[in-house]
Amino acid sequence: MAEILLKAQSISKSFVGVQALKDVSFSIKRGEIHCLAGENGSGKSTLIKVISGVYTPDSGHIEFDGHQYSKITPIEAINHGIQVIYQDFSIFPNLTVMENLALNTELAANRRFANWKRIRQIAEEALSKINVKINLDAYVGSLTVAEKQIIAISRALMFNTKLIIMDEPTTALTKKEVRNLFSIILQLKERGIATLFVSHKLNEVFEISENFTILRSGELVATGSTKDLDDRKFSYYMTGRTFEPRRFIPTDITPKPIFEADRVGIPGSFSDVSFSLHGGQIIGITGLLDSGRTELALSMFGMKPIKEGEYRVHGKAVAVKSPKDAIEHQIGYVPEDRLSEGLFLSQPIGDNIVITELDTLTKRFGVVDQKKRGDEVTRWVKNLAIATPNPDNACQTLSGGNQQRVVLAKWLANNPRVLILNGPTVGVDIGSKHDIHTILQELAKEGMGIIIITDDLPEVVENCSEILVMKSGKIVATLAAEEADEQKILSYML
Amino acid sequence: MNVDGRSLLKKLTRRNEFYVFLVLLALCLLIEIRSGQFFSPNNLVDIASAMIVPGLFAIGAFLVIISGGIDVSFPALASLTMYATTKMLLDANYQGGATLPIAIALVIGALLGAFNGLFIGYFKLPTLIVTLGTSSVFKGLMQGALNSKQLTIIPPGMRKWGTTALFIARNPVSGLTSRMYITLIAFLVVLALVFVMLRFTMFGRGIYAIGGSEVSAHRAGFNVIRTKVIMYVLVGMIASLAGIIRASMMQQAHPTNMLGMEMNIIAGVVLGGTAITGGRGTLTGCMLGTLLIVIVENSMILLGIPTSWRSVFTGVLIIVGTGVSAYQMIVMNRTKRVRRPKKGVKA
Repeated sequence: MAEILLKAQSISKSFVGVQALKDVSFSIKRGEIHCLAGENGSGKSTLIKVISGVYTPDSGHIEFDGHQYSKITPIEAINHGIQVIYQDFSIFPNLTVMENLALNTELAANRRFANWKRIRQIAEEALSKINVKINLDAYVGSLTVAEKQIIAISRALMFNTKLIIMDEPTTALTKKEVRNLFSIILQLKERGIATLFVSHKLNEVFEISENFTILRSGELVATGSTKDLDDRKFSYYMTGRTFEPRRFIPTDITPKPIFEADRVGIPGSFSDVSFSLHGGQIIGITGLLDSGRTELALSMFGMKPIKEGEYRVHGKAVAVKSPKDAIEHQIGYVPEDRLSEGLFLSQPIGDNIVITELDTLTKRFGVVDQKKRGDEVTRWVKNLAIATPNPDNACQTLSGGNQQRVVLAKWLANNPRVLILNGPTVGVDIGSKHDIHTILQELAKEGMGIIIITDDLPEVVENCSEILVMKSGKIVATLAAEEADEQKILSYML
Repeated sequence: MNVDGRSLLKKLTRRNEFYVFLVLLALCLLIEIRSGQFFSPNNLVDIASAMIVPGLFAIGAFLVIISGGIDVSFPALASLTMYATTKMLLDANYQGGATLPIAIALVIGALLGAFNGLFIGYFKLPTLIVTLGTSSVFKGLMQGALNSKQLTIIPPGMRKWGTTALFIARNPVSGLTSRMYITLIAFLVVLALVFVMLRFTMFGRGIYAIGGSEVSAHRAGFNVIRTKVIMYVLVGMIASLAGIIRASMMQQAHPTNMLGMEMNIIAGVVLGGTAITGGRGTLTGCMLGTLLIVIVENSMILLGIPTSWRSVFTGVLIIVGTGVSAYQMIVMNRTKRVRRPKKGVKA
């Protein structure tokens, strides 16, 4: 199995003056599971596109399966056995599973007519390759992300595939689904199919891959066996920075709680939840996805009003029936899915930042004071170090970490006393994650009360002074930071 | 996976066509109860005749919507083709049968459709913008270059084709008669061909695929540009056929008579469960939706409602019809959201 399948030799590629890849060389053996890591913008996607023939490298060449190419078209790459599973899976949500599985094969065979019997056969064959069962007549749009991914993978296997490239395949998967995916990848390995696995999640790199390659700013910084890698090295290779693991220790806690929950509940979601948050504190609420943690977060911001118990702000009972109520009580909420709930992606960064405080930026007759708006935008872009050449650019031009900062800025601009963050660093790379944690800790030091809702346990342990563990809608444990570690939290969660 | 009666019903109730069919049935029964005339042979024949031109237009509009676009130029395209063909043949004092006029119309329609397809396929412009533009261009050509005015005479071959009856239906009570025209066959043939094309050719599946995700279609190996251009050519041909049928059946070429039909046609298609965002919908639903609009437009009189109220009813129907499917979507999304968390933990 030691035979080299893919060898990239001194690949360089630039786009209008930006050097996306500089002299990158690495290799993958037959049946190897190789992880390609790097932060956003490090050149991972460009490298994948060079291997799969979408881009032609400026210099260097690719050797695949014993042949050498300096130029290859996407179709040739497929014919040689290279398949890419894109993040959007290239599926048709409006068509059935059967058709999604068979269309590529039918097109490759240059068919003119759709024979539904044959299409069914092809689909059955495709799914049998990885021993999974999915209803062939279901519409793909109604499936879970994991099922869509399985469709994309089994479809790819119909082409005498030797190398499967998966672009961040675990981003939207649950832990159990990630397990399934990994077992599929191991199955492929047994059949001699190599996997190039793109990820920036440390635990995944360690768990699944035999070898790794890490890119930073278009350059190869490290490649080798995963055995020689550890947390600190990984973070360093990824970011070029070293991070001291440090726990947040609150200072200046306000004597009285600024926000309290007294036996609050929503029937069917959670019940009997009580806690109190002092200014200067960061509280962590953790639990599995169905533990009720998200519903609890939404109820604090009035998106799912509570039916039992009461919330108190500065000791006074308040009715939080809508986000507007919450904002009036100076509660801010950073949602889990920032793309769909927290940002207007196609709108300028600046507008996204000031939207919650428009009321205070208007002159007479509701006209926005452009100068005041400009100052405010500049202040936040600077304070939170949002990396953009121009705040008038659309939000979607930013990387995940920077988008998350815009969401933060939006809520901070509104001067909240209580800030609730639901999964503040989901899908954010290591460097930005660290920066966001630093920002949150500083905010707490300035007196804000912060609640982080997350299942990222290191995040909880590192940032929170008090940890509430939820299970089936109830708080099953309240741990002080000193007595908490990941194993202990996990034992309460499960 | 045994499909018993219950799951069949469940399957049916999930389909939009089922509801359109129920509404259609309810409307028919209501008219029948009020007037006793709905299921009379002559009324049914009248409705079938009234369905021919809108039905053809709807097939074209349906194809475009499935591919993810929206076409508002087909009435103008049909008018221009119809008018140009009729005028050309009148000027040449053509005395032959209907084959030549139909052939000429199809050729002109294909060219005008290709014009749409060129902008939409090659230059990747939004279909609504392009067809709004070409619609204006087609109207302008007709009025400017061809100096259009109502032609009260059409070539005899066209007239004969448009007025020949397959059979004549007689109302046993009132003695009124209605003719079922042979042009119905043209409509049914197109319907069957498009059905087969969408279901059993890779070209047809390509239209659905493009409507679902253009990027995925391209990556899967569909020639997206070619598929679109050919589709717009076909749509142009279908619309022209409708135009020439309209002129033949009316026995005159009226240049502006078809203009403005686009909204009701598109409404009918959407009413039949075709997703306005593309990729989803069936020809059956499309036809049911169109039939619903046609019946409302033609049968209000049987209910004793003045025809001036027609557009109000059509409007209400559109809002309620599309509202129901939009509501279904919301409910579907909501249940999906609640269901999803049970699958496990987010990594």
